[in-house]
Amino acid sequence: MNRYPAWLNALVFTLLMVGILVALPNVYGTAPAVQLAQREGVAFDEQRVERVGQVLERADISFEEIYLKDGRIVVRFASLDKTPSAAATQSSSSENSQSVQQNARELLMGRFETDTNVALTEASRMPEWLRNMGLEPMSLGLDLRGGVYVLLEVDMDSAITARLAAYEQDFDARIRAEKIRPRVELDGQQVNVRLRTAEEMERAREIVREADPELIILDGADGKSLRVRMSETQIKARQDFAIEQNMTTLRNRVDQLGVAEPLVQRQGVSRIVVQLPGVQDPNALKNILTATATLEFRMVDTDGTSPGSRRYPGVPGVQGQILKREVIASGDQIVDASAGFSEGSPAVFITLDAVGGERMLANTMANLRKPMSSVFIETKRTPINLPDGTTSYRTVRTEEIINTATINGVFKDSFVTTGLNPVEARDLALLLRAGALAAPVFQIEDRTIGPTLGQDNIDAGFKAVQIGFLAVIAFMAFYYRGFGLVANVALFSNLIFIAALLSLLQASLTLPGIAGIVLTVGMAVDANVLIFERIREELSAGSTVQNAIHSGYEKAFSSIADANVTTLIAAIVLFAFGTGPIKGFAITLSLGIITSMFTSIVGTRAIVNLMFGGRRLDKLPI
Amino acid sequence: MRLIKEKTNIDFLSRGRRNIAVGFSILIVVVSLVSLSMRGLNLGIDFTGGILLEVGYPQDADLSGIRNKLDVAGFDESIVQAFGNTTDVLVRLGPQPGKDSTEIRDRLFAVLSGGDSRVDLRRVELVSAQVGEELTEQGGLAMIFALTMIFVYVMFRFQWKFAAGAVAALFHDVIVTVGFFSFTQISFDLTVVAAVLAVIGYSLNDTVVAFDRIRENFTKLRGVSAEESMNVSVNEMLARTIITGVTTLVVLIALLTLGGESVGPFSIALIVGIVVGTYSSIYTASATALMLHVNAQDLMPPEIDPDAIDDLP
Repeated sequence: MNRYPAWLNALVFTLLMVGILVALPNVYGTAPAVQLAQREGVAFDEQRVERVGQVLERADISFEEIYLKDGRIVVRFASLDKTPSAAATQSSSSENSQSVQQNARELLMGRFETDTNVALTEASRMPEWLRNMGLEPMSLGLDLRGGVYVLLEVDMDSAITARLAAYEQDFDARIRAEKIRPRVELDGQQVNVRLRTAEEMERAREIVREADPELIILDGADGKSLRVRMSETQIKARQDFAIEQNMTTLRNRVDQLGVAEPLVQRQGVSRIVVQLPGVQDPNALKNILTATATLEFRMVDTDGTSPGSRRYPGVPGVQGQILKREVIASGDQIVDASAGFSEGSPAVFITLDAVGGERMLANTMANLRKPMSSVFIETKRTPINLPDGTTSYRTVRTEEIINTATINGVFKDSFVTTGLNPVEARDLALLLRAGALAAPVFQIEDRTIGPTLGQDNIDAGFKAVQIGFLAVIAFMAFYYRGFGLVANVALFSNLIFIAALLSLLQASLTLPGIAGIVLTVGMAVDANVLIFERIREELSAGSTVQNAIHSGYEKAFSSIADANVTTLIAAIVLFAFGTGPIKGFAITLSLGIITSMFTSIVGTRAIVNLMFGGRRLDKLPI
Repeated sequence: MRLIKEKTNIDFLSRGRRNIAVGFSILIVVVSLVSLSMRGLNLGIDFTGGILLEVGYPQDADLSGIRNKLDVAGFDESIVQAFGNTTDVLVRLGPQPGKDSTEIRDRLFAVLSGGDSRVDLRRVELVSAQVGEELTEQGGLAMIFALTMIFVYVMFRFQWKFAAGAVAALFHDVIVTVGFFSFTQISFDLTVVAAVLAVIGYSLNDTVVAFDRIRENFTKLRGVSAEESMNVSVNEMLARTIITGVTTLVVLIALLTLGGESVGPFSIALIVGIVVGTYSSIYTASATALMLHVNAQDLMPPEIDPDAIDDLP
């Protein structure tokens, strides 16, 4: 009696060994590192690894390890004895090592700028053989490693308006080409086309239908005008496009900023979540995310006679000008941009695509010795208080001239513009490189944890787990003696299994997640308490030792199962409804419940069976 | 070793004791509800929307100086408090309708740091009123959903009178725990909602374990009144109830004292909830079932599938 078959013992043992192996990477801690990723997601090869190593060696930057991982190159620097539990005291040396990391990033960025993004990161110090097995340590949540969580709302109305504005211009041009003179206007979510006669209206209707058969065309009340709207499917498609495009742009921006493991994800209809772990200077970064700055180049209307010309203000210190309606080149034709200095003042060096280059060439040839302006465009959302106490938002586009220069020579796809301060120039260059947002985005939620608080949270969290764990272990050993030790082995294996599962799933461990583990430690002993109390009852009711063990486990089982299933229900509801940190709690709580059922029922039974099973015993150490 | 005598025979559930307990439960629930309606909750910005900054100063923070500076800068509605230690300060500002919140965040930090680069911006939370509303709604939905699912499970595993008892106990626990937060005005944030849900799980765990034993004794102890066999069950489970309660409380106290300031409200919610939950699984749950005249016939046990152990994860 009370014997497990050999296969079951072997299974328990094997699972434990696998658990230990998978959890092992967490023991080694992390060290500062840089990660090189090729743009367009192309994988690096061993040759590049060698070259990066040589570049660093030549610059006397010492590193501990360089390797290829998922097509990216990771360079890990000297570690600081920074295990997850003990740190913080080493702030001075960590500053040193951070600067090594920074230097390396700058060096590598300069060297491989054309095709590579270099990001600061933390790399595990686990040995190569573990890494080659594809194992990874737990990933820490933003609240533990520091970082930024931003929820962005995409301004869908402006995405639609922008599309309608394009239709407006298109209709105007097409109808005019038919020698009809319409008045085409953008009016909220529709384009109004006014004509002089009903015949013209019919003709215009055909032209509009030809331009895009999917549009909904309604007759105006006066019989001489049309109201053109986008269909539901078009609106939906446009919104999806705006979100997709924005996500691409945001990813580009984040990559350019050198953030490793960023997360850019759609949430619901109109929202995008951006998570940037381990960021050192969160604020600078967040402003870049939502920035909409772009450039346009227009000729100055020197004699004020061109149709559609209007006055543009200048930024402080720059004179306003009357500019022509025609745009020579705009931000979306810019394929590359970099910040630097030109004749002593901050400048942005711009490269246009082929179409833009051709236009610029034609324009500069036709307009030698005439002035051209660079217009800096920014979209901002300003809130307006409505009379009923709620707030609505209005999107305001500011267009300001940053410089006006006389065209002194013919050029096409590359040129320089000035008129910004160094920070503005750097940010603008980055934004132009990464591409424009298809629709403006606004932060509606922002949770930022500075790196120092992250480290404090880790320290506090691990300390709480340690002390709580030790207290429970001491209590169990004291109260149940031999059986208490068995329960403690189970409790410890439970922690290993939780760590292993978290590492395997790569679910982020958050501070509430640690709280979930702490709670599991407290509750995991419950199953063993139920079993042990039952065994004691059976013994005092006069059962033999073997019977007491057997029925103790047997009878306690249904209570344990019921109790755990109900807690699991609560945990799953939490997971389904919770966001961010709450999800972390739900994950560790559910994992803990599941693993604790295994360790405290099957695990302890295996040990108890091995120690006491099938023997003639008079009493038990319980 | 034993904390509790091997066989206790404490009278928990006789009519007299039960009435005292029911009276007490009603009292604390009413007090909680009154406090909730009069004082409300000190809702965190997760629910109200607003801006929260945690700032670390290189030296001890001068709270009244900071308040003055903020007043001068026009942030006279901000709440300033020390956070965890003498150098850390938490500044909270309600939702600012009609203003750009990211700009306010930047201005706030500029005022707080006074341009000193050694001042560390440790944490920023910015929640728009709209997101706050959604989170409130989600939190409420999560509670209702969890309670419903649990009711269904207990009804399925036991019987509706027990399910009613279990859910009554859960309402009791939730109301008293939330009431405690209203009474003490400790900040009620999203993590507290998580803690309350965990309390629901824990308290139910307790209740179900007690019910399991009650069911067993209903079939074992024939010819004994429901009240008596319930009392025996509660006594038999007393050691387990106390030990599990104590180990869980021990780790939670470790979390409260060592886990850092930001898990404080979370730990407090769990501690209060577990104390209340332990009490309610003895009294509220059983007393409700008794008031509904639960009896042995109600509980012809649904067969437990002996293979269930293999099916469990």
